[in-house]
Amino acid sequence: MKLERPQLTLAERLYVPAVLSGLALTFSHIFRKKVTLQYPEEKPVIPPGYRGQPVLVKDEEGRVKCVACQLCEFVCPPRAITIKPMEYPADAKHAKVEKTPAEFDIDMLRCIYCGYCEEVCPEQAIFLRGPYSVSGLSRKAMVFNKAKLLELGGTLPDPIKKWKKK
Amino acid sequence: MAETPTTAAPTPEMVNVTINGTAIRVPKGINVIEAARYVGVFIPHYCYHPKLAVAGNCRMCMVEIGEAMFTPDRQPVLEANGKQKIVMQPRLVIGCNTPVKEGMVVVTNSAAVTQAQNAVLEFLLINHPLDCPICDQAGECKLQEYSVEFGAGASRFREEKVHKPKKVDLGPRVMLDDERCVLCSRCIRFMRDIAKDDCLGIVERGSHSTLTCWPGKKLDSNYSLNTVDLCPVGALTDKDFRFKMRTWFLKESKSICTSCATGCNTVIWSRENVVYRQTPRSNDAVNECWMCDAGRLNYKFINDPNRLTKAIVAPASLPAAGKGSGAGKDAGATSYADALKQLGPKLRAALANRDSVAFIGSARATNEELYLFAKLAKGSVSDCVPRSWTADSFLVKADRNPNSAGAKLLGVAAEPMGSKLAAIADGIKSGKIKTLVVHQEDVTKHGIAAELLAKLSLLLVIDFKQTATTKAAHFVLPGVTFAEKRGTFTNAKGRVQRVWPAVSLDGEARPEWEIFRDLLRELGGVDNHLDIAALFADMAGNVPAFAGLTLAKVGDEGVQISVS
Repeated sequence: MKLERPQLTLAERLYVPAVLSGLALTFSHIFRKKVTLQYPEEKPVIPPGYRGQPVLVKDEEGRVKCVACQLCEFVCPPRAITIKPMEYPADAKHAKVEKTPAEFDIDMLRCIYCGYCEEVCPEQAIFLRGPYSVSGLSRKAMVFNKAKLLELGGTLPDPIKKWKKK
Repeated sequence: MAETPTTAAPTPEMVNVTINGTAIRVPKGINVIEAARYVGVFIPHYCYHPKLAVAGNCRMCMVEIGEAMFTPDRQPVLEANGKQKIVMQPRLVIGCNTPVKEGMVVVTNSAAVTQAQNAVLEFLLINHPLDCPICDQAGECKLQEYSVEFGAGASRFREEKVHKPKKVDLGPRVMLDDERCVLCSRCIRFMRDIAKDDCLGIVERGSHSTLTCWPGKKLDSNYSLNTVDLCPVGALTDKDFRFKMRTWFLKESKSICTSCATGCNTVIWSRENVVYRQTPRSNDAVNECWMCDAGRLNYKFINDPNRLTKAIVAPASLPAAGKGSGAGKDAGATSYADALKQLGPKLRAALANRDSVAFIGSARATNEELYLFAKLAKGSVSDCVPRSWTADSFLVKADRNPNSAGAKLLGVAAEPMGSKLAAIADGIKSGKIKTLVVHQEDVTKHGIAAELLAKLSLLLVIDFKQTATTKAAHFVLPGVTFAEKRGTFTNAKGRVQRVWPAVSLDGEARPEWEIFRDLLRELGGVDNHLDIAALFADMAGNVPAFAGLTLAKVGDEGVQISVS
């Protein structure tokens, strides 16, 4: 098979016009609005619904919304979640809910940010929220426990009040 | 779950029925639910259970029935195509309380049946709390399963739900949540008819009907946890298992209960090598589908973190019995191979004089282990430790050893069991017995005190946990519990039944038959039992009681042998 090579014009063969048009584009950027962020001093604005770090939330009464049903532990593809359930003591404020996590660990070295845990949660207790920069100095520090996850999650008002009437 | 289809033996009397268009001959007298199983049709039900009296109160098993049409003078009415005309009954009937009869036509998938199932589920769910996230039954709940398969999918109920007592303490082992109860009354019938301890009943009326204990009574029978198995929903829950683990994580392994000589068939539920519960497995020849609470809850020793996982050799200055006591768990720990190497010559020397050696086997060991143990003990005195508790008239046997029959058959135990223990103690005291081999028994609790053990020149103990006896031992080899090995047990009635590993081996611990085989090899025997099936075959060839059996033939439900 014979290959037909494209015939270059004189301007193309000189290369100079192409180099100049490239330089023109580069110089034009000097006068445009800057888009680069000076990370980590400057942080980007995270839009709502961003799928970052999984966190646990409390309702407005301060109750940990998680009831340790362990569905997220079951659905988690990399098996990052480990939950140890416990029964509320009879005199606890939320004893009506009966069950709560004693321990709730997410191994952030394993987490793949897929959001299945949020999707499967029947209690709206776990969310993938804004925090995106997850780092630590040891493997152990990268296993986030219940206290840490609740601190990251904060309070999320509950419009349904599912356990009020139980 | 405990409930399985009853495989009724075909009786001579059969009837012809047609179920969803499939014609089949089924035994006369069975009900429509059981008949439908013959053609693979499942009829949903809550209150019906093959082992309990029929109550017929849940209305979930509604079916359409009909039969061939006849004229008043008993002439068959034919359709245009020559087939006999079928006339269906205008009202649905419950499958559980409708025995099949000749020529019966059953339809379980018509619009009327589907509508009835839909309606029943909608009524059941009206006052149901829908607290599946915290309910232990989730994952094995008939309300969940039937809602998916037969339910409407959405609720039309907009009113306030009826509230009933929650977290009711019914007894020492059972917790009740009345809001979840579907009032099927299986638990009531079980306690009344099977456990013979009538203590449960339903009080109040209509939507307010509530399951409760009769005044002054408690659900404290030794069979109370069977009501938890029977409960199709999460109303009755096991306090021991409550909130421990969700059922969908658990691996089911077939096993048998080793808490008494009955040998109830069980399922061990474990996750990541931790056992969470035991439930009965159906076997009409042994335990039907029940088991006692004591046996069911007797599994925690499997999860003990202080189990032996390494061989232990007491300090080199033998005899040094008693020195290991007080030291940490790992004092003297060594590899299994090393311990065997050190033990071999000592055991060979000791066994040169068979009269100076005594063997105490375990009637909690498998037949295969006892067979090899008997080979080790041949020519020396051997016995097992008898163990008993209070029997009852249902499942619990007085003999707490699961394999007393096997220990006697295989010649490890004396007749009666334990009668030679005193002689062994005397022998040690007089210095006649210098070597003792103990399997899985703490002999200090059975007449051979630690002071006596200190007189021995060689004490070999094979056990899965530290006891006063292992602490006095010169050599400890790490064995395992029944939940970690394969093998067979012979129950009091002479039924040989298998166990399977439910959790995996930890460290260097291994099934005792492997340890005994290795010991026999050290002694110069040519025992090439590489696997349990070969060992069983060898035993079947040498012990008349097991003649003709193979491990595969024993199967899931065991086989009967004759024990005299």
